[in-house]
Formats: sequence, structure tokens, C-alpha cells
Amino acid sequence: MRQLINVPETVVEEALRGVAAAHPDLTVDVENRIVLRGDAPVAGKVGLISGGGSGHEPLHGGFVGFGMLDAACPGEVFTSPVPDQMVRAAAAVDSGAGVLFIVKNYTGDVLNFQMAAEMAEDEGVQVASVLVADDVAVEDSTHTAGRRGTGATLFVEKIAGAAAQAGEPLERVEALARRVSESSRSFGVALSACSTPAKGGPTFDLPAGELELGIGIHGEPGRERRAMMTSGEIADFAVQAVLDDLRPEGPVLALVSGLGATPLLELYGFAGEVHRVLAERRVPVARTLVGNYVTSLDMAGASVTLCRADEEMLRLWEAPVATPGLRWGA
Amino acid sequence: MNAAADAVDREADRLTELDSPIGDADHGTNLRRGFTAVRQGLRDDQPSGPGPVLLLSGRLLVSKVGGASGPLYGTLLRRAGKALGDESAADGRQVAAALRIGVEAVAQLGGAVEGDKTMLDALFPALTALEEALESGEDLADALAAAGRAAAEGAAATVPLRARRGRASYLGERSVGHEDPGAASSVLLVTALAEAVGAGE
Repeated sequence: MRQLINVPETVVEEALRGVAAAHPDLTVDVENRIVLRGDAPVAGKVGLISGGGSGHEPLHGGFVGFGMLDAACPGEVFTSPVPDQMVRAAAAVDSGAGVLFIVKNYTGDVLNFQMAAEMAEDEGVQVASVLVADDVAVEDSTHTAGRRGTGATLFVEKIAGAAAQAGEPLERVEALARRVSESSRSFGVALSACSTPAKGGPTFDLPAGELELGIGIHGEPGRERRAMMTSGEIADFAVQAVLDDLRPEGPVLALVSGLGATPLLELYGFAGEVHRVLAERRVPVARTLVGNYVTSLDMAGASVTLCRADEEMLRLWEAPVATPGLRWGA
Repeated sequence: MNAAADAVDREADRLTELDSPIGDADHGTNLRRGFTAVRQGLRDDQPSGPGPVLLLSGRLLVSKVGGASGPLYGTLLRRAGKALGDESAADGRQVAAALRIGVEAVAQLGGAVEGDKTMLDALFPALTALEEALESGEDLADALAAAGRAAAEGAAATVPLRARRGRASYLGERSVGHEDPGAASSVLLVTALAEAVGAGE
């Protein structure tokens, strides 16, 4: 494998040093692995904190800044961060208005954030948590750990981030974050496996000429494997899978996220096909975001996330944001 | 704990391999990072007595491992350590009672039961074997050896199960046919404890 790294053990630290070098408006605590808004804590503002395994960049560190997250806690590659990181982040961003933990539904993330919430509350920080569980490729039942959290995390972080930036109190930011999470569904398709630095090669075997429908962001297998399909056929399958579950009656926000190794030429082509399918199903699209936002290292492929957007969500989506990974209006 | 760290060092690659088809290929790497910190922490702080040793080890696992195995194993050791208190030694019954408290805390934290294809499928049978062996008058070293064998049988029995908790649960039917890596690492840790006690450490 050809990877632009020194040694696998320090890839996360090295990336954080680069983040610090490239974004002087952020405060990067490399030793404790926390990316913070440079102006944290912001007086009177609810602090938004997220985190998860590294390897999904720009999620989450790339979404720290004005109008979005106050802090991000990156874990090892594909491994959740530890509670100490969230507790430190909470202390650093809490201005007295409390903090909201935005947690993707993976057992490790859930357990570590849960422990962190208890520890931070012991230290006098008011903590609320919202779980993101949007992946329709996973059977949702009381007998499993539930759906995985993927692309909807970006919608939650942006919309709740705008509400927090506008000075909304913790209960309202939390309720809004939960509403966005519950209104969003995703489906991902892999055209190649990803390679973790520790393994140095593909984490699963996906023969050329085949694709995996319903892939997870750590390369977990999805619903089924098929012979390669066209962009239009993939869009038909992925959008239908999301709509079967979401059943929107009004406009949606759409995210077409690359998984890391698919060029924008292909992603935009795929986004066009996603729009075609939505038009055929008479689903109006309020806004579309196309790019590498919730990635899986060097995996080729894309995910589609749709959010049933009400007027408040749309207004907050449009609000200014200034982060390394998402920036408009500011 | 040093025996556990040695076992994790030795078997990390196998754990990671087990984690490849149904997880994300990092279970061994993560535990190795945690137990390396435990080894260092115990050397630096030199806590005395089994309770403080387990408490410190658990805290270090939680703060270094991440993923699901960090909080789960960390909680097991912390709760067991707390149950043992500050006494300088513990007899078989006290060890078994403390481990039961620890394992039940793991079950509560993870929301899992036996048969969900998790580390509990090794830990609960080990605990039962330990308690029964002590009950029938065996000494702690022999009882722990029995616990190690029961853990191994429990882990092997996870192969045909369908995962209902943890990352493997996302795979549904596709998780069938693989040994649970968490159950496999539990076997290592129980066996390491048995070997350490057997060697009189």
C-alpha cells in the first residue's frame, strides 16, 4: 500500500499538528486530542461537542468553528475517543450554558460519551446528548445495537450549531438536534475497500467489478454485494432505500458524500442522478451538498443522506458557518 | 495484570484478525495500547493490594483504549477493584464475588445478555465455573483454571451465533460463523489471571 504517513501509531497526532498549522483560528490540543474553536468558551452559548473514530475527515474536526461545533474529539482510526477527551472538551467550551454531545450510534461512541457525560456532570457541567442513527442499510430492531450514525451527523452539527450560535438555550438546541436526527436517513455504496494505516491494506475483499450496497463507514458489510452498476442504477437503489424509510412529504436537504477516494467529477454526476430519482418520486430538494464530508479513509463510493426539512431547519441550514470543512455566508 | 499484558501482546494480531470479518480490525491493537498503559501505570504508581491494582488498571483502560472494549473492560476491573477495597489480600470467595460485580456491571453498561455474541459469552460461564469450583472446595488457582476452560468453551460457542450487540450486530446474519473477538480476548484475560495465581503471583 502507498500511504502518506510516517508510522501507523502516530497518524492521528500528525494530522492534528497539520490542522493546527493550517487553521490558526482553531486551538488544537494535540496531546489530549481535542480540536477547539479558538474563541471558546463563547459567553452565553451552548457548547456543541462531537467526536468519533478518526478516518472520516472532515468529520468532526473539520466542522469546528463559527456556527457549528465548539469542539471535536478524534479517536484512533475507526475507534471511538475516550471519556477524558470529552470531559476536557466540555470544560473548555462550557460558558455556563451547558454542552450538547452529538454521538453517532456505535457501541464504543455511545459508551464513551455516556461515561464522559457522567464525569462532566460530576464536575458541574450541564450535559445533554443526542444520538445520530440514520443508516437504513442496518436493520433497526430492539435486538441489535440499532442503526449506525453516518451522514446525518453533518445535518445535526450544522443546524444545531446555527441554533447554538444564535443563543438558543440547551433544551431547544437539544430538541432541534434530535428532530434533525430523527428526520434524516442515509444509505452508502462502496466501490472499493478502505485501508487502515494499522493494517496497511484493504480491510475487506471487494473484487473488481463488484460493489457493496449498504456499506458502513468503517467498511462493515452492507445489505448485499452485486456486479458493478451504473451511477444511475446505484442512485435508483440508494435513494429508494432512503425514501422507503423516510417518506418525505415536503422538501428535503440532500447530502451526497464521497467516501474518500471518488473524484468530484463522479460525485457530481451521481448527485445529478440522485436529483433525477427524487424528481421522479416528486420529492422537492431544498439544498444539495456534494463533496467528501463523511468519509471512510480511501474507500471509493458515496453515501446519500436526506433530511425532511422544516422551515426552521432550512433557515438554520442557510445561516453563516465558518469551519475548515464547511463555510458559507460568513 | 502483567500476565494479562503479556497475553495481549502475544495475541494482539490474532484478536485483530478475528475482528476483521465482523468488526473493524482493531480489537488487538486497541487492547495492546491499553495494557501497555496499564503496565507502565502500575510500574509508576505501585499500588498495593489487589483492589487498588484493579482500580488503577480499569481507569487506565478506560482512558487509553476507546472503542467499546475500553469502557467495558475498564468498568469490569474498576468495579471489581472497588468491591475488593483496600485489603492487602483477597481469598477465593472475595475474588469471585468481586468478579461477579464487575461482570454484571459490564452487562449493565453494554445492555447485553448471554447469547448476544459478546465478551459476556465467555465471562459468565467463567464466573459460574469459578464459583462452582470454589464451592466444591478447590483452591483459587484450580478454580481459575476451570474458569479459563469455561471461558474458552463459551467463546468457541459464539461462532454459530448471530450478533445482537456491538458493531457485529450491524451485519445481522453475516456475523454468523465467526468467533466473537471480545469473547476471545476475555478468554485471554481469564487465563492470564489463572496462570498468574497458579504461579503464586
